[in-house]
Amino acid sequence: MRAHLQMLKTCYLNVMNVLFVISLIIALVASLKVITGTNAVHALLYMVAFFFSLAVMIYLYGAPFIAALEVIIYAGAIVTLFIFVVMMLNLKAQEKKKRIKLPFLPLVLIIAIQVELVYLIFSGPVNVNEPVFTSPEATGLALISNYMAAIELAGMLLLAGIIGAYHLGSEKKKNLHRYLSNTGDNE
Amino acid sequence: MNEITMSSGLIIASVLFVIGLAGVLTRKNLLFILMSVEIMLNSAGFAFIVAGAHLGVADGQIMFIFIMAVAAAEVSVGLALVIQVFKRFRDLSIDNLKELNG
Repeated sequence: MRAHLQMLKTCYLNVMNVLFVISLIIALVASLKVITGTNAVHALLYMVAFFFSLAVMIYLYGAPFIAALEVIIYAGAIVTLFIFVVMMLNLKAQEKKKRIKLPFLPLVLIIAIQVELVYLIFSGPVNVNEPVFTSPEATGLALISNYMAAIELAGMLLLAGIIGAYHLGSEKKKNLHRYLSNTGDNE
Repeated sequence: MNEITMSSGLIIASVLFVIGLAGVLTRKNLLFILMSVEIMLNSAGFAFIVAGAHLGVADGQIMFIFIMAVAAAEVSVGLALVIQVFKRFRDLSIDNLKELNG
């Protein structure tokens, strides 16, 4: 623990450090605004800010491919899905409260979990190396050569997700035929 | 010395994870619960990237790619369920989902 505090005392005013701290503050503020928001669209925009700041932090950890993928897939596709659902359900009319009251006991337990996690991280060895930069080329080669089975399985999972989302989101037809009912035999 | 080390990265990942966990446990709106789950998934993947960066291998990034794939599938199915809940109850509060109806 003391070695960790010794390490934290000597930090230099680096460009990378300043960028890291700025994006860290943006990520913390944006995630807090997401969980305490009342308006769904505002919370989604704060989530986009969170994803962008997390992408900067991922880039500073030597993973540029993942930083780009995070922006493209999370901020570009998943948040778009959320926004489509919010616009389709027209949730703006549902909000009546101005502030969300967070109950006390879950926050106490969550702070206890956070203290436990910090203790576990501090009880490990001190790492002061710089992050190793891994190029997208190396990542792609490792992905295709070592993890081909996982790629196939992820494809199957996404296929199952697509089919499930289609069936869950489809509406049942009202009238098939005059003489047939909705709750048929082969349902 | 720099601040971009594995210990600081893991602590940041744990703080963001706990913020997402607080959102899941305290919000009553189903959409906000899904957003908080996304925050948790992102921070867990960030911990993988930190570990991969300090071992010098690309496996951390590859794990994050698969976490992203799982999150995308889960979000699409979850949002379809949100649509069904809204059609049934006209309201996205999880207090409506207290009883299982056969």
